[in-house]
Amino acid sequence: MFRNVAELVQLAESQNIKIAEVMIRQEIEVTGRSREEIFAQMDKNLQVMEQAVAKGLAGVVSRSGLTGGDSVLLQQYIRQGNFLSGETILDAVSKAVATNEVNAAMGVICATPTAGSAGVVPGTLFAVKEKLKPTREEMIEFLFTAGAFGFVVANNASISGAAGGCQAEVGSAAGMAAAALVELAGGTPSQAAEAMAIALKNMLGLVCDPVAGLVEVPCVKRNAMGAANAMVAADMALAGIKSRIPCDEVIEAMFRIGETMPTALKETAEGGLAATPTGRALAAKIFGVSANSRES
Amino acid sequence: MKYKSVFDIIGPIMIGPSSSHTAGAARIGRVARSLFGRKPKWAHISFYGSFAQTYKGHGTNVAIVGGLLDFDTFDERIPYSLEIAKQEGMEVTFYEEDAIPHHPNTARVRIGDEKGELELVGISIGGGKIEIIELNGFELKLSGHHPALLIMHNDRYGAIASVANVLAKYAINIGHMEVSRKEKGKEALMTIEIDQPIDQTVIDELTALPHIIQVTNIAD
Repeated sequence: MFRNVAELVQLAESQNIKIAEVMIRQEIEVTGRSREEIFAQMDKNLQVMEQAVAKGLAGVVSRSGLTGGDSVLLQQYIRQGNFLSGETILDAVSKAVATNEVNAAMGVICATPTAGSAGVVPGTLFAVKEKLKPTREEMIEFLFTAGAFGFVVANNASISGAAGGCQAEVGSAAGMAAAALVELAGGTPSQAAEAMAIALKNMLGLVCDPVAGLVEVPCVKRNAMGAANAMVAADMALAGIKSRIPCDEVIEAMFRIGETMPTALKETAEGGLAATPTGRALAAKIFGVSANSRES
Repeated sequence: MKYKSVFDIIGPIMIGPSSSHTAGAARIGRVARSLFGRKPKWAHISFYGSFAQTYKGHGTNVAIVGGLLDFDTFDERIPYSLEIAKQEGMEVTFYEEDAIPHHPNTARVRIGDEKGELELVGISIGGGKIEIIELNGFELKLSGHHPALLIMHNDRYGAIASVANVLAKYAINIGHMEVSRKEKGKEALMTIEIDQPIDQTVIDELTALPHIIQVTNIAD
């Protein structure tokens, strides 16, 4: 069993197999389930992701009314053709947003690695799908690759906002997506690890400060930026750029930052954007009182 | 290693908006329901830490009640579980606790009916994964690394041996086991960590053994 990214990369390179294959073989070994069963389950996750993106792009609004409809605006904007950044990036962003808008509206999603960060991995996958034309099998492998990197983060740091801040959620998701994008685009296992390191480094310190305690503001837009971040990190790694700090040390740094982060900034809705005048006013409007029950 | 499967990372399929606050809560509720063995008449649910502060926004309340109604994490009835509980005659009360818990996402669930009561404390550790840390006053020391069986039983000769025999028959290896009881001859709890997920046939066979009150599988 691999315990860190270095071991994961070493296992893939020594056997000349993909990161996805390392994850699949480990899953078979640990659970005793067949390859077919494992693929079928991941295919089901992929279907849920596809349905969530489609639902979001058709337009949803959350119960609170705080989020919804932004993925539709982005698709309209892309079609006008006057965008500044790039079509694939914006498509990834809109699809990440679509997923999180569905999540906020209590729709069905696949946690990747969590619900609050569920948009980044599918958003980037369905955007590059247009460009790289992967087979269904390759799309499923994309999720195993993302899962392998997320597995390391979850076991060595955290993927929970309450435990490690948003860096642990959207940061992990961005790293996972970046690594999987590299592999899908034909990069090496070590390039995938560099992409993960670059993406996660740029999410370090990100606090979890949901307005009114809802997984909406700023979560939906952070998924947007997580997706954009993953796309750029993947391109940088594919260009041959390396992270000066090795991936495992970035993960370790993320864990330590999470440990020292004040509780007010770890999903308690007591600090950050949740504590701004507008944040508090929105909470009061939605719940009649502050989301922070101790002040109610 | 707290997480063993890739599906702990890519998954679960669930109703939004939060894996730790919604899916995790649904799973805590469902373990309580499973241990209780039937639909409770009433539920007193206490939220601590982040659960206490943000449960309304995360749907933690509807999720945990959904679990008590035996809904899975992706059941589209979860957003309506409070109404469904009411229709089905389950009385639900929530408490926001000030105490600082050991883990930020902690819930204490007390459920019951005219035939009995059950109390457990569950924590949601992220990504929809949960641990049960207390059951009916018994402190559980589950590592969370392996599938586990919680077996409520009467403290009698042979009860433990009979469980071990069934597991041996199906070639299921016990990695760690603890037995605790409140008083000699009264209710006791076996906590058994096993090496691989277990199927329903084995659980049914264990449940049918003498002196066994309830068998719950917490493979997820």
